[in-house]
Order: sequence, then C-alpha cells, then structure tokens
Amino acid sequence: MRLEPIAAPGPARRILPPLVALGATVLLAGVLALIAGADPLAVLGLIVKGALGSKFALLETLNRATPLIFTGLAVAVAFRARLWNIGAEAQLYAGALMTVLLGTGALPWPSAILIPVLALAAMLAGALMLMGPAFLKLRFGVDEVVTTLLLNFVMLLLVSMLLEGPLKDPMGMGWPKSPALLKEARLPRIVDGLRLHWGFALALIAAVGIWILDRKTVAGFEMRAVGAGEAAAGFAGIRVPRVVMLTAALSGGLAALAGFSEVAGLKGNLTSDLSPGYGYTGIVVAMLAALNPLGVVLAALFVAAIFVGADSMSRAAGVPTYIADILLAFALLAMVLALTMTRYRLRRA
Amino acid sequence: MNEIVDILISASFWIAMVRIASPLIFATLGELLCERAGVLNLGIEGIMVAGAFAGWFAAYSGMDLWSAVAVAFATGMVFGALHALLTVLFGLSQHVVGIGITLLATSSSYFAYRLALPEVTSPPKIEAFQTWPVPGLSQIPLIGPALFDQTPLTYLAYLLAILLAVILVRTPLGLAIRAVGENPAAVEAQGLSVTGLRSGAVIVGSGLMAVGGAFLTLSAFNSFFFGMVNGRGWICIALVVFGAWKPGKAVAGAFLFAAFDALQIRLQQTPLGAHLPYQIFLMLPYLLSILALILTSRRASVPAALMQPFRKGER
Amino acid sequence: MPDLTPPPRPVALRLSKITKRFGPVLANDAISLEVAEGEVLALLGENGAGKTTLMNILFGHYTADEGSIEVLGAPLPPGQPRAALERGIGMVHQHFTLAENLTVLDNLLLGTRSLWQARQHRSAARHRIETLADEYGLAVNPDARIADLSVGERQRVEILKALYREARVLILDEPTAVLTPQEADALFATLRKAVAHGLAVIFISHKLHEVMAIADRVVVLRHGRVAGEVATTGTDATRLAAMMVGAEVSTPMLAPATEGAIAMRFDRVVTEGFRPDLSGVTLDLVGGRITGLAGVSGNGQAALAALISGLARPISGEVIVAGRTVADWSPALAVGHGIGRIPEDRHHTGTIGDFSLAENAVIERIRDPRFSRAGWIDWRAARSHAEKLIASYDIRCPGPDARIRLLSGGNMQKLILGRVLEENPAIILANQPVRGLDIGAVRFVQEQLLKARQRGAAILLISEDLEEIMALSDVIHVISEGRLSPGFARGSMQPAELGLWMAGQGFDHAA
Repeated sequence: MRLEPIAAPGPARRILPPLVALGATVLLAGVLALIAGADPLAVLGLIVKGALGSKFALLETLNRATPLIFTGLAVAVAFRARLWNIGAEAQLYAGALMTVLLGTGALPWPSAILIPVLALAAMLAGALMLMGPAFLKLRFGVDEVVTTLLLNFVMLLLVSMLLEGPLKDPMGMGWPKSPALLKEARLPRIVDGLRLHWGFALALIAAVGIWILDRKTVAGFEMRAVGAGEAAAGFAGIRVPRVVMLTAALSGGLAALAGFSEVAGLKGNLTSDLSPGYGYTGIVVAMLAALNPLGVVLAALFVAAIFVGADSMSRAAGVPTYIADILLAFALLAMVLALTMTRYRLRRA
Repeated sequence: MNEIVDILISASFWIAMVRIASPLIFATLGELLCERAGVLNLGIEGIMVAGAFAGWFAAYSGMDLWSAVAVAFATGMVFGALHALLTVLFGLSQHVVGIGITLLATSSSYFAYRLALPEVTSPPKIEAFQTWPVPGLSQIPLIGPALFDQTPLTYLAYLLAILLAVILVRTPLGLAIRAVGENPAAVEAQGLSVTGLRSGAVIVGSGLMAVGGAFLTLSAFNSFFFGMVNGRGWICIALVVFGAWKPGKAVAGAFLFAAFDALQIRLQQTPLGAHLPYQIFLMLPYLLSILALILTSRRASVPAALMQPFRKGER
Repeated sequence: MPDLTPPPRPVALRLSKITKRFGPVLANDAISLEVAEGEVLALLGENGAGKTTLMNILFGHYTADEGSIEVLGAPLPPGQPRAALERGIGMVHQHFTLAENLTVLDNLLLGTRSLWQARQHRSAARHRIETLADEYGLAVNPDARIADLSVGERQRVEILKALYREARVLILDEPTAVLTPQEADALFATLRKAVAHGLAVIFISHKLHEVMAIADRVVVLRHGRVAGEVATTGTDATRLAAMMVGAEVSTPMLAPATEGAIAMRFDRVVTEGFRPDLSGVTLDLVGGRITGLAGVSGNGQAALAALISGLARPISGEVIVAGRTVADWSPALAVGHGIGRIPEDRHHTGTIGDFSLAENAVIERIRDPRFSRAGWIDWRAARSHAEKLIASYDIRCPGPDARIRLLSGGNMQKLILGRVLEENPAIILANQPVRGLDIGAVRFVQEQLLKARQRGAAILLISEDLEEIMALSDVIHVISEGRLSPGFARGSMQPAELGLWMAGQGFDHAA
C-alpha cells in the first residue's frame, strides 16, 4: 500500500473527506449516547439546543469561543512553521498573570491606555514563555514538544503558588483567587446588556490580522516558508533562526491574549482553574481549521458549541460532559486523516 | 543539607524511589521501543491514563490483578494500533496524531469512569498488589528492601528492561527494529515489512505504556482518580532522550528522576520544606526533566529515521 | 557438419510485456526482455526512460499493471521484495539501502533470519562474508559502521548483500555514478567474477562507453519502450546513442568567449564542519569562463558549494568578490553580491514543494522593491515575474499559482535556472545542474549556461559526470578529499589522467 499524490484534486475530492470526518464525529456522538444509556437523537438535539438554542446559549458559545480563537491562532501560527507549541496553556496563564499583576492597582491609568498596555504586557509574557523553548530548540536541539508540555505543569504550579501567596485576594474566602481587576482594566461589553465582551471582537481582529500577515507580508511569507521547507528557505536567504523566534513570539503572544481576554473580559480576576484546557483544545481548533487563520474562527465556534452544548445536555440527559472531549479528539484525528485524503489516494504499490 | 543526608540514608527513601520509578520504567521502555522503530508516540500520556483506568476497572469488576494487568496491556495495544494506522500506514504527522490519541484516550477513560461510577465523592478502592519480598535478596542492607521488597509489577519491570535490551541487541527481530528506525529503505530492500515492524513496535510499546499506567492504580495507589498520571508520560519522553535511546540508560534515568521525586516529597516534611511553598517542590521534577533534556540532546544517538514516514517506492 | 555453436545459455530472467503507469505517465510500455545465465545485459537509456521503474518492479518495490516475470523458469509473485530475494534476485540500488548506524555485518544479517528466531548466528555469518569477499574481490571489514565507510566501500557492501543472499540475478542501478574510474574498473572485475560463477547481471546505465566495455548485450529503453536490442560486438557508442535519443546526438560546441576579470576568488580557504573540509583551496572564477569541478561526490564539493552559496564561512583564508574581501557572509549576502546559485538538490534546497511557482520564483528576492515595499508583498508583480519565466524558459506547468511539487524535475530545474539567470548574475554556481533530467532538459540547461558564459558570467560547474565536465568546461579542476588540483585547460587531459587525480594521485607531487 502506498499514498500517491493527486495532481489536481477536483472540488469533490477537496470537500468530501472533511465532510465524512464531520459525519463520522456525529455518528460517534450517537454511539456514545447509546453507551451512556441515552437516546442518541435526543442527545444530539440537546447539544445543538444547548449551544445555539437561546440568546443565552449563543452568547455563552461566543464567549467560550473567544479564548479558543486565540489559542487556535497561536497553535496554527506555530504549527505552520513546524514549531510544535503544545504549551499554549502555560502561555495563556502567563498572559493572565501579567494582566493581574499590572491591572489590580499597580498602574492607575485610564482605560484607553491601561487596556492596551495590559494586552501588550500579556503578549510579551506569553511570547517569552515560548521563546525560551524555541531558543533551546535552536541552540541545543531540544525538542520543543516536551519542553512546552512540561512548562504547562510548571506554570500551573506557579500560578497556584502565587495565588496562595503574594497574589492572594485579602478579601477572598477559602478558594484562592487574585484581587479583582480595576474597573479601568476591564474589557467593556460589545453591546450593553449582552454578556459578550470585547475580547471576542479582539479575537476576530486577531484572526483577520494573522490572515493578512500570512498572505500579504514578507514576515508571514517567511514564516510559511520556514514551515514548508526549512532548507530551501535558508538557502534562499531567509534568516531561519530569527523567523523561528519571531514565530514563537507571535504564537506565545496570541495564546497569552486568551488569558488576558478571560481575565479582563470575562472573569475579572485570576483563579487556578481559569482555563479548562484551552491551550490543548487550541490544538484541536487549529487542526480542524487546517491551520488557516480564518478557519480557526469557524473551528473555534464549532468546538465552543460542542462544549457549551455538551454541558447543557449533560445537566439534562446525564451523559458525562467528557463526551465533548472524546468527540473533539476524534474529530481531530478524523480531520487530519481527511485532509491528507484530499491530496493523496491509497494505492497498491 | 543535614536533612538531605538524613533522607538519603533512610530505607524508606530508596523503597519509594523504586516504587516511583516502576511506572516510569514501563512507559519509558514502551516509548523507547516506538522511537527505536522510528515513530514518536506522543499518545503516551493518554495511554497511561487509559491503562490506569482499564486496569483499575478490571480489578474493580472482580478480575484478579494479573488479568487486570493484561486488560491494561490490551487497552494500550488498541490505542497503539490506532496510532500505527494513522502514522505508519497513512503517514500523518506523528506530533498531531500523538496529541490526538492522548486527548482521545484520556477523555475516553474519564467518560467511562463517570459512566461506571456516576455519583462518587471519593474513588472506590480495590485490593492492590501487595509487596512480595524476594527471599534472600531482600535482606541485603539498604538496597535489598529497595530493590527486592516491592510489588510483583516492579519485578516485572526489571525483567522487561533486561528482556528488551537483549531482544534489541541480540535477536534478528531487534536488529530489524533498530534498522527500521535508521533506514526503512534498507529494511524493505531486505524483504521485511516496514509497516509491520513499525506497527508492531508501536502496538507493543503502547501496551507497555498502559501497563505503566496500570501500575499507578494496581500497585502504587489503589484507586483511580482524575489527573492521576499528571505529566509522567511527558517525563518519560524526556527520559528516552536522556537515556540516548538505550534501555539500560533509560532505566537508570528513571531511577535518577524517581530519586529526585522521592527526595522532593520528603523535603516538604522538613523544616526547610516548611519555609518554601509546596508548589516549588512539585515543580522540581518537571524543571529537572527540562534540564536533563538540555544536557543530553545530542543528536548523534537519535534514530535517523525518527518521525519520517516511509512512503514505499518514493525514491 | 556438426553444429559447433555452443548451446544457448539457460535463461535466468524473462520479463514479458511489463507495463506500469503512474497516473497519466506511462513509465513502462509493454517491455519484454531476457537475460541468460552468465551474461551481462546493459539496460541503457537516458533519465526518465523507465529503467529504474522497470528494475523496481523486478525487485518488488512496485507492482506492474500488466505483464509477468519469470526467474529461472518459475513465475515471480509481484510486489514483494521478499519473493524476489527468495527467487534469487539481488539489487544494488542507486541510493544505497544501508543503515548507517549499524555495522556491515548487521546490514548483511538484516532480514536473513526469521524474526521469530532467538539467535543471530553471527560467527557463521561472519565466516561466510569473509569467504564471499575473497571470492569476488570485495574487501570489507564486517565490524565497520556503514557511516564510516567511503562510497566505494558502501557499494561493495551492497553487492555483498546480494551475494550473501545467493542472488542468481544481480541488478546494478547506475553503479559507477559515484566511483572514480579506477573504482569502476574494480567493479567490472567483480562483475566478471560474478558472471564466471554463472550469475546473470543486469547493468543499468546511461554511460555509453561503460556499456560497451562491460556488457554482452544491450537493451535500449526510450520513453518507456524497448527501442532496440543489440549485442555489443555488433554496434558502437554512436549507434547506441542514436537509439537512446532517436536522433543524432551532438555535444554542444563551446564557442570561444572573451574572458573578463576575476569575479570571485578563494584564497587558501579552509572550512570546518564538512566531511571532508576544504584544506587550503585556492580558486579563481573568471568572467566568461566555465570552470569545471571534476570529482567523485563527497570529496569537498559540498563545502565549496556551501561557501559560494553563503551557507558557510571559511575559518581561515579569504573569499574575495569583485575585488573586495568578504567579511560577513550569508545566503542573502551571496544573492546580494550577484551570485546565482543552482543547488544540487532541487527538491530539498532549491524549491519549496508546497509553494507555488510564483512564490518559488521570488523567494530569493522577496525584499527587493520589485516585489515588496515596507514589508508588503506585491503578488501581482511576483506572479508576472513567474509568468515571464514560464514563457522564456518554456516551463510546462498549469500556471504561476500551481504548486511546484507537481512539476517534473526538468521543469522545476528550469524555474530555478530562470530565477537565477534573469538577475544577470556575475557569478553562477551550477551544482549538478542536469542530474536526473531527460535529454531535452539537459540540452536546455547546458545551452543556458553557455549563453550566460557568453554574457560574461563566471561559472563554476560541479558535476559527477566527467564527460559533461570535459565537454563544457574551459578549465577543469579536480577536487579530492578537500584539495584542489591545478587547473587544466580544455582538451589538455585524458579522462584516465583526470581519473588519477580524482583518486587522489597527483596531489602528493603537486606543490
């Protein structure tokens, strides 16, 4: 058996495999529902309703999608350059930490200045978190998969430590949390009365920004080139180490914005359970989007819908919420396979 | 400083070290087998979770402990087969597939656990392996109890390490596995199946990883809880690099790491430990792994064809 | 009168109407041929004629769409290297199939014993290898690591692999591409011994004089079909060449060109990190002159090419471009200094497979004001540049936005050539520029290089093909183990003399 590249894939070949992957995911949802002793169609319906069935649900989905767009973009930017950033979780928390460090009173500035400063500071923190492993890879050949992964654990412990120590909210009771952000540091709602904050708009702007960077700028071109053919890129004069570090900075910064957005937009403070794994889910989002920045928005919405829907369904039908994680992991694998099948066919040698 | 010496001369430290190292030995050897054959298996963390759950569930359902271990091994093999199908046959990115398998295996285990025990506040306990002192050997001062007064699964880990080393170096199968990680074209030109060898290595290696996970539920602790594996799988990947892809050195690395982990736990109880937040101690194993990687990431010993999918006939 | 002609030798191998398609490409078209025991059959054809595909089918790497194969009278199950090996087919691949980190003994043992056996029986194997090595004149050290062996030694291991498995049909795919003339002679001696032992030998080549020297019969392939079959006693190189390309072949004529100034100079340059490194190389590249670098691959060409390309810096000695010593060096700076580079590996280094023709066309010059301003890319300009190249260099492709991976080797090379030559470079590095190309593309590339020479460019031509070097160069240097010979004027040296330099002799006498 071997894989044979297809010269000019027709439209059917490009659409069908991803559709099959999605279809298989839906089928799996039904099967899991059956295993859990529930009615498959009812479960599917509850998921959809839970995600999109009411204004509240819709807003919840959009809110949940916001950090996923950021981490999805972070992973997409990195993976595209073959920088395996599995540490978006740590970068997210770095951004959240920075937001809380500077935004709870250290900088008594008006909103118009404070919010951009916090965002940039967060991005810097996230950038540094990934540039470290990137440097280790360039200089010592240390695989960034393991270093970024291990840093996730280190970061979580650091956050926990700080929240029980110097960053502890003096007025909090029991559960360790940071002091609340200044009013001036909070991201306003997009529309008064709706529970949707500017983080979502920022995420969309970021997606478009990355798309423009990719297609239209020299920097984006070089990042894509290094990912698609590092030897040829270097030969052509592209400064590969610099591009890798730039990619790391951008990727880490984007993931950190997820933390900034959650703290400044949604929660208003930092707890150690700020992220239910957005960093890891960002990988699923990025792969479902085939590393395309605009696709990341759609994929993030899809993934958020699954989570929000599954939460709601679980309360109603009793199927464990982990069904969402299973479906997304399966969708990830199915999509990766499907994307290959759009460009290759299986042949007897 | 005194406190560290005190800890090091206590027998319980060395016993704990070997106990902590045991799951790492299984999982590291499993990953080593995959990587020697040329496949990076990032599903290790999830497969350990799946093995922990499967082993625990089998025991909870009434099976005897060794059958539970077999169930864990089989569970690992199933996920290994999925990994091999996607990376060896279809040549998909080993990084992405590995992460996907970790997510899939972890979430499936948690889902199954929730289904089996819907409303539980504290995880139910099972009758785990008891320690079995090896007659004679366990009497040797200091290292006797540490090495030879452990649970049978630990003894299995020792045997496995020796077996894997012998197979890799001295048998035709081991030669074929090493060759397929160096130059799959060479293997194919000698009439062997690259797909078969790599798939086999990944499947068996994944089974071993799962047994490593099962050690946690059947030997170390005696119940299953969320977040049990806690990054051990990733540490094993670092240990494979640290051990330069050789079973003996990898096992030594596992012991070294376990020693630091055991030390860190005990240091928390000392006066020194009281001054520092416990999180600092918990961070040490991960930071140590990163340091180990920096010091040992010499490219020379890497299997040359690691992570390169073999497209048959592509010349 | 009794018939005194010797009885025909038994047929060792018979291919009948082998046909193989790769998508729309018909690689092998109903090919039939036979080889007898004790016979050397040459399979001749230019690059792309279908020789390697045919042999890969024979060995089981591919399965034919139609046709059958018989080995020693018995049908051969298709598509399984194991079956081919069991029936006695041994293949010496063009790109050696050896595991570098393992020893010679390990590589020979691999796959020879059942995977379910516990023991390897190494000493028995060792003894057998030594016996075979003696018999066939293939000296090897069973415990040497492949990575430590020279190319010639590795080829000996490849041959031993086949003999160890008791091959009755030995196939060699372009074996002399990587050998000095002397090593090639040693190979032929081994082949004669093999034939004396009753083996059938199939020898794939595109080198006419070799075919005439070693083969009993020749089968010529052209465009996937058998174009002719002759005994070597009844033909000559010119007629074979005609069968190979279907027309009269002529070597390009080198018109006299006016030589200009020294465009680039290497002064006692030493590198580090290459195997081997350059050790005190002094070389002038003169405008309007093609300087040919002859030598077997792996003798320092990589270091010199890296140096010119900007990928390496000398640790001692100087690189002087247009009269000024170069201080800082990088690929971008090399391009900026007007050095046009055609790299050895068009797939890995020359192009990015998943990028479009337009992207590949401008990648070296992306920061040029023609294509970008203040970090913003003008894709229209890039595309039109690519279209210009497609037209001027006759690149067959779906369009400037097509992924370059889809193009044939020849068309890919034309794009690389075009993007380099359009910039009118003062210095050109042409590193194996025609390797793997069909005859039409070879002609084209060579003509473009000659045109550049007429325009006054200083060209360094690196090639494994001694004939090509001798045909195209004004001055020839030989490189061996990182040392450079003096320059030999065109026409002043015979291939055998150059071969001696390639093998390292002559350097000890030179000052």
